[in-house]
Amino acid sequence: MDFVEDFRDPAAARKLLGAINRLASAGGGDEYFKFMEICGGHTHTIYRHGIEHLLPNNVELVHGPGCPVCVIPMGRIDDATWLAEQPDVIFTCFGDMMRVPGSNGSLLDAKARGADVRFVYSPLDALKIAVDNPDKKVVFFGIGFETTAPSTAVTLVRARELGLSNFSVFCNHVMIIPPIRAILESPDLRLAGFIGPGHTSTVVGIRPYRFVSEVYKTPLVVAGFEPLDLIASVAMLLTQIREGRCEVENQYSRVVPDRGNPAALTLMANVFELRPHFEWRGLGFISQSALKINGNFAEFDAELLFDMPGVRVADPKSCQCGEVLKGVLKPWECKVFGTACTPETPIGTCMVSPEGACAAYYNFGRMHRDAVKLAEPVRA
Amino acid sequence: MCLGVPGRIVEITDPANHLAKVDVSGVQRTISVRLLEEMPQTEDWVLVHVGFAMSRIDEAEAMLTLAAMKKLGEFYDSEIEAFDTTAIV
Ligand code: SF4
Repeated sequence: MDFVEDFRDPAAARKLLGAINRLASAGGGDEYFKFMEICGGHTHTIYRHGIEHLLPNNVELVHGPGCPVCVIPMGRIDDATWLAEQPDVIFTCFGDMMRVPGSNGSLLDAKARGADVRFVYSPLDALKIAVDNPDKKVVFFGIGFETTAPSTAVTLVRARELGLSNFSVFCNHVMIIPPIRAILESPDLRLAGFIGPGHTSTVVGIRPYRFVSEVYKTPLVVAGFEPLDLIASVAMLLTQIREGRCEVENQYSRVVPDRGNPAALTLMANVFELRPHFEWRGLGFISQSALKINGNFAEFDAELLFDMPGVRVADPKSCQCGEVLKGVLKPWECKVFGTACTPETPIGTCMVSPEGACAAYYNFGRMHRDAVKLAEPVRA
Repeated sequence: MCLGVPGRIVEITDPANHLAKVDVSGVQRTISVRLLEEMPQTEDWVLVHVGFAMSRIDEAEAMLTLAAMKKLGEFYDSEIEAFDTTAIV
């Protein structure tokens, strides 16, 4: 079967949109449904396929804090650039991280100044660089939610198996549940439901989201990344609301097992421990929201091996990424959007990664070609 | 970065080190399958993310999801049709 084609079937999309229209208007005129998609990958799909233009006027999608590049605070970028500029260091990171601005420029700027910064597709590629360069110190910039944390964990286990002494990780892995809780606790936003992250959930499973429906009485549907997946999950959220249910549902069961990936969770538990607190861009310090390398793997912890500055740096004044990450502001409502802040000259993190709301909106949001194609035959 | 891609296992190249070759839309590369609970087999679909197979993709489950989506849509579709054909004004 062709997964991609089947999950992009426009006929099926039109039918689902018909369902959404009926469900959204079933309660009379004055209801308004604000759903947050937590994951940046979803934000990307939504803008790329113009999904927000297909939804009825009283259904709005707001973007959440689930883009790992976007939530890295300025100070950690400064630490990364500092590391990259130490003697004999080869600093490795995912491509997205190269352009994130710190107070002293980005990693790309450090590279231009002469630092050996290389982007890698996988942490295992960073390991290979360490094997090939025994006289250099290779540092990998570990970022990401539970989606990427297990790959860093495997890489560290492998580093030990290989007996490497010139490899370390600057660990910035974060967890998905704490920011969801922070958003639910914030008075700024009243949400009718969540579209839960797809790939993070392959690791954590469905269970950790239960508090969202049980304690905060908000439905959540874990969704896949194709346009149909997202449209279907909006229909599922509205169906729950109409049927008076409030549950955690799994729309993406072809990839996400309800119990997650116990092998990955065990590997993470062997390598990482909780940090008491961690700073998130725009969200401030959130307790027990991030991972550090545990004592057992201390010899691979860049934070222990190098005497990093570790300074907290406030976000630039003009930057409103915090509001965008909390779903309070839409990208185009930020004062510098598209003028001072563009993907070529980003001021904030949300403009850097293709999964950041600002970059996704900048690249796709203003052209609705796909939307128009899909939408034509819909009878509202 | 978080967008995993579906790939199909072509060959288990190094079982001891959990390495396999996958085909992602015609491009082949070696990935680690160490995060999977069981060693996958050739022809299996997996979700590939930063050089790792994150999860197996269940083909049967995918069909079920598609069927469920279509059903959800059709239910209202026929209702809209019925609604359209009423003569009450
Ligand atoms: S436009 Fe730039 S500064 Fe403003 S919220 Fe987006 S990324 Fe941040």
